[in-house]
Amino acid sequence: MSLYAVQKFLYELNRSEAVQVTYRSAPDALLDEFDLTSEERDALTEPDIGKLFHLGVNGQILMHFAAFHQIEWQDYLQRMRDGIAKHGPVREGVYAMTTALDEEVAPVHSTSPSPASDTPGEN
Amino acid sequence: MPLVYAGVCSHAPGITGRSDQADPQVRDRFYDAFDAMRADLEAAKPDAVVVIAAEHFANFFMNNMPSFAIGMADSYEGPIEDPGWLGIEKQSVLGNRDLSQRFITEVMKGSDVSYAEEWKFDHGIMVPLHFLTPRYDTAIIPVNINCQGPPLTPLARAWAFGESIRAAADALPERIAVIGTGGISHWPATPDSGKINVEWDLDFMDRWCRNDRDALLDYDDLSVYADAGQGGFEIRTFIAVSAAAAGATGTVHFLEPIPIFAVSCTVASYALD
Ligand SMILES: [Fe+2]
Repeated sequence: MSLYAVQKFLYELNRSEAVQVTYRSAPDALLDEFDLTSEERDALTEPDIGKLFHLGVNGQILMHFAAFHQIEWQDYLQRMRDGIAKHGPVREGVYAMTTALDEEVAPVHSTSPSPASDTPGEN
Repeated sequence: MPLVYAGVCSHAPGITGRSDQADPQVRDRFYDAFDAMRADLEAAKPDAVVVIAAEHFANFFMNNMPSFAIGMADSYEGPIEDPGWLGIEKQSVLGNRDLSQRFITEVMKGSDVSYAEEWKFDHGIMVPLHFLTPRYDTAIIPVNINCQGPPLTPLARAWAFGESIRAAADALPERIAVIGTGGISHWPATPDSGKINVEWDLDFMDRWCRNDRDALLDYDDLSVYADAGQGGFEIRTFIAVSAAAAGATGTVHFLEPIPIFAVSCTVASYALD
């Protein structure tokens, strides 16, 4: 278990365009510099957002990593839920999950207007 | 001279990045509150804006985590996040190395701080600046309080740090504004994102507006985590602004939950003499 190394790698990747270029062109050489288990290494290269969340990666670090991979917001949330369903609860850290797997916590505002939301001056 | 402005606001990345997914009626009133905050800030004619933020691993990691850090550069870059995702293009943001250095020198008389001549902004600073200094041509002095990597900065130390910021502003000839960004209750960047404890937020902001030191420090990390989530740890930035404006009364200009933005969206300020 080397969550520290996983997060250190993601921290350096998230903040540096130079590291991002290397990650895209020669990920193995880059990842060799970090003391990672094969499980962690696989999750970082795939990338397996659900597994990384389960391992306990700080949500802020994981969110920026998902954005770097152009993973859309609702897809990012679903991948984390899928990771918990598949691997179990978050192993460590404070970015655990407290809602139910099927709970819709923050629905996207409907673009098809309902009569109520069209009423002027309702606020 | 005395602080010319003291306020707080939210900084969640969804505010700019997921603008199109929010209820436009609530969202637009929130943006209006940000616009009014910008007008108040501009009317105060600050020479520099001290932004007390809770960053998210853009500069500081658990290999060398400061409780408090202050930037000391003539310019800063940001956002570190994908610009399309955040809805903010990469910018060079104006700083003021000389003023930062004199400011830090004064703050250090009361609080132990790290300083940094390199600093990349993440959404914690870029989202507020997008609304408040949209041309990025007002000098920023970035400040960070560790709200991410436990052990976190104690709340009482955040208050003392705010007092040091006030003393530093008082000692300098420049017009200094201070803005805290963060919180309040939220469970960001997890599947819980959008869960908000509105009652807790209203109670916290009541304490903030009364500038009630004892009430603001009457929290511990375990209860904050249980009631307000890991995002609640960012109350440190609001508490520091409260201390910097000690004695003043605050007004909440906007405080409503916008779940797709993951937070009770907040704009508030103190009436300074
Ligand atoms: Fe934050």
